[in-house]
Amino acid sequence: MAKVKLSEDKIKKIKAICAEFGNKPGEAINVLHRVQGEFGYLPAEVQELIAMELGVSAATIYGIVTFYSFFTMIPKGEHPISVCMGTACYVRGSEKVLDEFKRQLGIGIGETTPDGKFSLNCLRCVGACGLAPVAMIGDKVYGRLTPDMVKDIINEYN
Amino acid sequence: MEMINLTIDGKAVQAEKGQTILKVARQNGIDIPTLCYYELNGQKLENKPGGCRVCVVEVEGRKNLAPACATEVMEGMVVNTHSLRVVNARRTVVELILSDHPADCLSCSKSGNCELQKLAQKLGIREIHFKGEQSTYRKDDSPSIIRDVDKCIMCRRCETVCNQLQTVGALSAINRGFEAVVATAFEQDLVKSPCTMCGQCVMACPVGALSEVNQTRQVIQAISNPKKTVIVQTAPAVRVALGEEFGYPAGTIVTGKMAAALRRIGFDYVFDTDFAADLTIMEEGTELLDRISRYVKGDKDVKLPILTSCCPGWVNFFETNYPDMLDVPSTAKSPQQMFGAVAKNYWAEKLGIKREDMVVVSVMPCVAKKYECQRDEFKTDGNPDVDYSLTTRELAELIKQFNIDFTSLPEEDFDMPLGASTGAAVIFGATGGVIEAAARTAYEIFTGKTLDKVDFTELRGLEGVREATIDFDGTPIHLGIAHGLGNARKLLDSIRRGEANYHAIEVMACPGGCIGGAGQPYHHGDFSIVEKRHEAIYREDANKPLRKSHENPYIKQLYDEYFGKPCGEKSHHLLHTHYFDKSKQVEVEA
Repeated sequence: MAKVKLSEDKIKKIKAICAEFGNKPGEAINVLHRVQGEFGYLPAEVQELIAMELGVSAATIYGIVTFYSFFTMIPKGEHPISVCMGTACYVRGSEKVLDEFKRQLGIGIGETTPDGKFSLNCLRCVGACGLAPVAMIGDKVYGRLTPDMVKDIINEYN
Repeated sequence: MEMINLTIDGKAVQAEKGQTILKVARQNGIDIPTLCYYELNGQKLENKPGGCRVCVVEVEGRKNLAPACATEVMEGMVVNTHSLRVVNARRTVVELILSDHPADCLSCSKSGNCELQKLAQKLGIREIHFKGEQSTYRKDDSPSIIRDVDKCIMCRRCETVCNQLQTVGALSAINRGFEAVVATAFEQDLVKSPCTMCGQCVMACPVGALSEVNQTRQVIQAISNPKKTVIVQTAPAVRVALGEEFGYPAGTIVTGKMAAALRRIGFDYVFDTDFAADLTIMEEGTELLDRISRYVKGDKDVKLPILTSCCPGWVNFFETNYPDMLDVPSTAKSPQQMFGAVAKNYWAEKLGIKREDMVVVSVMPCVAKKYECQRDEFKTDGNPDVDYSLTTRELAELIKQFNIDFTSLPEEDFDMPLGASTGAAVIFGATGGVIEAAARTAYEIFTGKTLDKVDFTELRGLEGVREATIDFDGTPIHLGIAHGLGNARKLLDSIRRGEANYHAIEVMACPGGCIGGAGQPYHHGDFSIVEKRHEAIYREDANKPLRKSHENPYIKQLYDEYFGKPCGEKSHHLLHTHYFDKSKQVEVEA
């Protein structure tokens, strides 16, 4: 017997969320959305339990998690950074800003710093194209960014 | 049934409403090439993701080309399956598939059987105008199956077979875009997934992304080692399919030529798994009768129905999915393993050699048998009862490697005593065969009467789930049969819910039983090939002078000389096994 280990609290929460959606396989995306909202990410053990509760294979759940860029198996940092790569931001140089975040933090897209403080992601348009290029740290929006501003912004959180 | 009229390639045709252009074209003798499309006729399996676009056709009045596998016919439709536009598009599609496909065709395990290779040849592709990035996934080795997903073309046949036909759920498409492949959960090794090693994914894979572990080299090494006595056993279903690899039509019985070929390859003893199938009937039949008589006497602990345990894919399936029912299946080992135990104990003693100096090779229609023979409980001090299990395809490869002209071989017999068998053993190769063989013997032991008509035709057929009631001289015996693990799941669920009232159930993991096994020559979805093997199995049975397992004189001799009686102490030790809980359970973290 292979064992999937999870804390009692997590088991309870995940089971409750699955039950809320009637344990229906067709609700897998909604369930994953809610569970990720609860825990910040979707580790393998959590996916295993969701699969059991919904009566689908773990492979199916993993297929969904890897298909949608919204879902992540890596815990987000304390301060999640999202750099907008939408058209307006992109043409105004957001890629250079992103590269500077990568360089300063020493991590790639979808990764988290070893101290768990920052994680880096891309997103497509936050609806603030007038401020392009834009990045978000947590809920705070930073506009009209240039690469040389990146270091100071990170320092705000250190 | 509503019929509609349409034109395909200038030919006026009538078709049933709701059918696809592909089906209607094929019904009318018009071939449209396909790649991702996969169908098993009569087994309710159809894979048509419409993803590869090889089957595109031109439909008059439509701007874009339409995939024939996923486009329904309509009244008045005018279809052209090979206009210049279609031919050019098809060629581009195949060139794009090839643009990131490893070009190691000469040494690829599917070479000669690859559908992409055939398609490139058919479309006359001599140059690939695009150069794509190559994937670099890790190769996944298991005892039975190798996954080399760099070769995956995302046809998703394996995924459909694994989930819909077999309901195993080991595979799913993961990631997106260029990185999309079919993989296990969390990209773990197959052995850590719920995979049963049935190998139907290998049978369905059009390219070399999924193939079996090849052990021909180890077998050649054993044969060339003068210190080793090398014994071969061949499963019932191999003899009705091996001929296909040498140009014989499907359904040709090549038992005699196969025995001759094995002798020329250099095996010291050419024996038959059929002998062990007869032995299985003695053990499993006795176990069945014991459970039935205890049940009749009112024993409440007795587990009925008894489930057959010959099929290793099926054993893996219930160990993973039905851990609460591990005491329901028969404890009898599979014929492959019974043969191994008899060879390395009884026969080794007779020859006066140590088990370490004996190498037992099996030829199986199966890839799960490779896994089975490596299970720890089938080893003594690390030495396995069966050392290597080859597929039918690997045997064909061996015969070719040894430069043997198969078609001109004489018909030869197996060696005695472990090559003797009855018709009851041969039918183990087809769905319903094990239970019919058991019925032939159990009837005579239960009633004490001679069975006049040995053909229980009510147990035969290719329906996924079947049932029949056999009259044991006034006692009705209810029998259930399932082939394909999805069908087995239906029966098992009904037992779990307490709804089924069978005395015995036979399960085989592959569609059609072992004749449709994943180690057989590739049928590329043409199930009529399996149907012809099915017919051949029963022909071979009818031609046998003895047709009941308990009449096999060498089986009687084996019990007299060695085992004493069926299900006795010695057979309990050597011919029976136990099962393990392979399920996944959530546990509270300490």
